[in-house]
Amino acid sequence: MSGKEKAWWGVAGVAIVIYALFPIAWIVSLSFKAPSALNNGNFLPGAPTWENYSLIITGGASDLFLPALRNSFGICLIATAISCLLAMFAAYAIARLDFPGKKFILGTALAVAIFPVISIVTPLFNLWRNVGLYDTWPGLIIPYLSLTLPISIWTMSAFFREIPWEMEQAAQVDGATTWQAFRKVIVPLAAPGVFTTAIIAFFIAWNDFVYGISLTSTEAARPVPAALGLFSGASQFEDPTGAIAAAAVIVTIPVVVLVLLFQRRIVAGLTNGAVKG
Amino acid sequence: MASIEMKNIVKKYDDGFPAVNDVSLDIDEGEFMILVGPSGCGKSTLLRMIVGLEDITSGDMVIGGTRVNDKAPRERNLSMVFQNYALYPHLTVFENIAFPLRLAKVDDGEVTRRVNEAADVLELHEHLERKPANLSGGQRQRVAMGRAIVRQAEAFLFDEPLSNLDAKLRGQMRTEISRLQRRLGITTVYVTHDQTEAMTLGDRVCVLRKGEIQQVASPRELYEQPVNLFVAGFIGSPPMNFLPGQLDGSRLATPFGDIELDERRAAAVAGRDLLLVGIRPEYFEDASLVDEAKRPVGSVFTARVDVTEWLGDSQFAYIPYEAPDEIRTQLRELSRELDSEELRTQAIVSIDATSRIREGRDAEFWLDSRKVHVFDPTTGENLTRDAEAGAELTRLATEDRVEQVQSAEGEGISAA
Repeated sequence: MSGKEKAWWGVAGVAIVIYALFPIAWIVSLSFKAPSALNNGNFLPGAPTWENYSLIITGGASDLFLPALRNSFGICLIATAISCLLAMFAAYAIARLDFPGKKFILGTALAVAIFPVISIVTPLFNLWRNVGLYDTWPGLIIPYLSLTLPISIWTMSAFFREIPWEMEQAAQVDGATTWQAFRKVIVPLAAPGVFTTAIIAFFIAWNDFVYGISLTSTEAARPVPAALGLFSGASQFEDPTGAIAAAAVIVTIPVVVLVLLFQRRIVAGLTNGAVKG
Repeated sequence: MASIEMKNIVKKYDDGFPAVNDVSLDIDEGEFMILVGPSGCGKSTLLRMIVGLEDITSGDMVIGGTRVNDKAPRERNLSMVFQNYALYPHLTVFENIAFPLRLAKVDDGEVTRRVNEAADVLELHEHLERKPANLSGGQRQRVAMGRAIVRQAEAFLFDEPLSNLDAKLRGQMRTEISRLQRRLGITTVYVTHDQTEAMTLGDRVCVLRKGEIQQVASPRELYEQPVNLFVAGFIGSPPMNFLPGQLDGSRLATPFGDIELDERRAAAVAGRDLLLVGIRPEYFEDASLVDEAKRPVGSVFTARVDVTEWLGDSQFAYIPYEAPDEIRTQLRELSRELDSEELRTQAIVSIDATSRIREGRDAEFWLDSRKVHVFDPTTGENLTRDAEAGAELTRLATEDRVEQVQSAEGEGISAA
């Protein structure tokens, strides 16, 4: 690559990064503005203030935000764990076994994944009210599973296919049962895939708004995205924009931390060295 | 340690294709058996049926006197080295080797002792704490072998273990495997498509073609008394030359002059017309370099040399010849089956490295006719095979093996 070409790639890269990060920077900036400065037209907050953060963490909006944060974490982590566990078995079967209806299962999973959420949320609302799942954690975990399972199965079966068959056969010859071979050889090898899948599943659940707003009514189960929509200003003449921005920043933090924490594991090709390289 | 008996083993895939067809083979205790053949001959499938990774369609697989057809791989107590080693990348070398012992719930002290013992044999000590990803190809190969020898398995199975190594390392590992097998005296089945490995390692070699056994014999017998065209063409490098021959009494008229057959051979081929004569490259020599004493046992002919290859210790000359279409298609078919592509009918001739024969010129060659074989061109059958002489060669090889095993045991006792 010539110097000129390199420069162009650099310029294009910077442009894309700015384009992608600008809205986030804006939100961060908003979260530090005082309510009166929100519409002043400046990008940078003239007088940065923690006012918005104290409002949602200790102030008036904390009754709304803190339980929501707890709900979001709990519901999303449980949904992710269940989804990963189920997807692991399903993906293993899909990658390894030859059974009738395999294509059908994958196809159905895909169909469920592209099914518009908004079209099932109303019937689900009625159903949940009748069976008593409305406004409960399981009431959200179950729909989240339907969102996360298909993508988890697809990603993990791709990872499982990458693991050489010989690994398992070697374990079996070495004296392992099918279960032992799965647990001691396949699962450790698939760990990067499981982490990747877990993060994707967590994001999907974490970012959901439609189920969160429709299937909850109180702080018993309301997740953060739904709670953000219910913020109100200090008076009815005041916009809650600053508080929402602050909450958005806080909600983004766990996601960023997760990615930073696990990107090593995701990227590391753990299967390296298993077979001839 | 156990013997392995296969009785009429058949492997049919769902589409009805028989990958292994009616194979019966007995492998003695402590014997080193090679399964060899071109790709797609069913050798790996057969090995995987022994270890239990492949179902057996019909027939009996008997290991150490027990029928194991319905046993899972882990119940057969065999150890196997895979072509791509199949090491566990998340475990250290130590844990890789210890894996079968851990599964068998051997206690820690015993595990350490036995892994160290295996590491001693394979010189893996300084690598025990490393991960497979940080090892070279040869070291990974040794770890795979360590995992195989660490427990007292009934037999070792190798599936083309050296095919991923470079030529030099392959030679070293080959002798290493041979030494190991002799030292442990354990029954071994070794799949390869490399005939150097087949010839040097095996007590007996089983040549497979399209799922069927062609010949099971010691390497020497395969080389000197092949049962048919396929075995003759497969064993030996460079391969045996096949020339068309017109029979006239006890003389065979070939493109390289007449060959006089001895009484036994003449009787065996009598009454036929067109034949294929199999001559190994080393039966030829530059006529000017042949001892006067040896000259009368062969014939001399003149031919134009196409290409010569000088390799330092030896020299090969390529001599094109004309063949009838019938023979030509037969030979082309054969070379295709042997995974090679023979575009022209040419003889490869081994001549002395000092020979001054040059390409593009006519030269005089001498041909030792004592060991030539004559094949039926349609069936491929070797008409001049001396079964008794062949059996004698294999018997001698078996004697050698028994002697070696005994002396190895003797050493073991004196060392202990």
